[in-house]
Amino acid sequence: MNEAVVTAAAASAAQTGVDPFIFSLTVFILAIFVGYHVVWNVTAALHTPLMSLTNAISGIIIVGAMLAAGPVKADLGTLLGVIAVALASVNVVGGFLVTQRMLGMFKKK
Amino acid sequence: MSANQAALAYLFASILFILALRGLSSPSFARRGNLYGMLGMVVAIVTTFLQPGVLNYRLILFSLLFGGLIGTVIAQRIKITAMPQLVAAMHSLVGLAAVLIAISALYSPATYGIARPGGGLELANRIEMFIGTFIGAITFTGSVVAFGKLSGFIRSAPLLFRGQHPFNLALFLLMTGFGVVFVVNQAWGPFLGMIGIALLLGVLVIAPIGGADMPVVISMLNSYSGWAAAGIGFTLNNNMLIIAGALIGSSGAILSYIMCKAMNRSIVNVLLGGFGVSGEASAAQAIPQRSVKSGSAEDAAFILSNAGSIIIVPGYGLAVAHAQHALQEMVSLLGGRGIKVRYAIHPVAGRMPGHMNVILAEAAVPYDQVFEMDEINSEFGDTDVAFIIGANDVVNPAAKTDSKSPIYGMPILEANKARTILVNKRSMASGYAGLDNELFYMDKTMMIFGDAKKTSDQIVQVLKA
Repeated sequence: MNEAVVTAAAASAAQTGVDPFIFSLTVFILAIFVGYHVVWNVTAALHTPLMSLTNAISGIIIVGAMLAAGPVKADLGTLLGVIAVALASVNVVGGFLVTQRMLGMFKKK
Repeated sequence: MSANQAALAYLFASILFILALRGLSSPSFARRGNLYGMLGMVVAIVTTFLQPGVLNYRLILFSLLFGGLIGTVIAQRIKITAMPQLVAAMHSLVGLAAVLIAISALYSPATYGIARPGGGLELANRIEMFIGTFIGAITFTGSVVAFGKLSGFIRSAPLLFRGQHPFNLALFLLMTGFGVVFVVNQAWGPFLGMIGIALLLGVLVIAPIGGADMPVVISMLNSYSGWAAAGIGFTLNNNMLIIAGALIGSSGAILSYIMCKAMNRSIVNVLLGGFGVSGEASAAQAIPQRSVKSGSAEDAAFILSNAGSIIIVPGYGLAVAHAQHALQEMVSLLGGRGIKVRYAIHPVAGRMPGHMNVILAEAAVPYDQVFEMDEINSEFGDTDVAFIIGANDVVNPAAKTDSKSPIYGMPILEANKARTILVNKRSMASGYAGLDNELFYMDKTMMIFGDAKKTSDQIVQVLKA
């Protein structure tokens, strides 16, 4: 499938003359702008939950780890992928749960 | 699942992540926001499971459950005062995962569909891999050092040796050199050399930064962990990683900026480290013995119970003494007598952004009783008692009046404007910046020496009697 993505990207690049890297860069820069505007709206009182939530979201690197661990073979690439899946899932699960726990403490009078 | 379907599912997950961050704009929506985040992660993981190349189901599932179990146990057991350590530890995991994925991708690029027809990687992928990997490696060891400092395994004071900055710069150039060689010839030697130097740099960059600068360090590493994820996203041509990484990167950068501003220091100044090393020595010699008014917990209880309005200024000393619960008991007793009690929080009142707010929330302090510096600073002049507990530099008027002071220009809580000032401190020892505090010598100031928790407990006893 990934080869299909690359082929498709290459095909669209051939059509439009734009490098796939430029597509990625466009997405990246726009996401930075979205992040900038959303995070400035976060209330200062919730900056610690913001950090633990971003910890959880950074666990998204599990997507890369799962692809690495994907093939059924016992080589270095797969082994590192399996380890990375475990590391990332500590962040995913731990991050979301501790954020939920902290947010539960914020109560009005 | 086709490539287009997967891309749309990742887009959906990205939107859910943005909504999760959006939820944090107010405490009442935040929990729902966090649920959006969880849903987004489930969508992303399930989508990845359905990729044609992902076949190792049992092993991946086992690994996921293993990590998830550890995460669950930590999330339930961690003390709220220990949040900075936990966050630092999590940054290090992302950094390490990024490095492992990069090594794996170089080992078998075909797994990710990024192999060139003739084998090996495209030039763009090699450059992206170099950048993502070294940021990941620096994030990993830097966060391990930050974790060690925050949890007390490593001395929190700045560790700086002569010529460290030129040495770091030389290492950085050497690392870049290895990176360039790798980009050109795609060999393992320079790639691993680059990783090794980046790991060392992570240690050397964070070690010289200590104590009260930790909020900046931890925000900065937060940002790095995002850039590392985005770097891996570029390498693997995966928009999900790029978007999530960019969101986290900009979030951490904003927090670093806010923390630097709250200390009136530039990011470069913090990064160069060693703050307070020379200041402490000279300040200790320069301060002549001056007299302060000191009182007992009974005196404090008397003053507090006769006030009409009180603002409490908590500092890191409060968290160290675990005094937040005793303090809140005192506050609710005073509130029960019809006294208006509020908390004023300085942005760097803990070891990470927003740390003090969570510590107070855990002690069941309602969040509408807790105010940020900008919201409450104008109210001190109209307040009967400012009760400063475990804080020092953040209420030092020298920041406004003494242009020679190292903290000159730093925004402070204007507790000096209150009609009466109570300061609870263990001793007259200076704060992190190693400065004397004019506030302690004012006529309207009374020092209550003692441990924050014991003092609060004693005041509670008197108020109950």
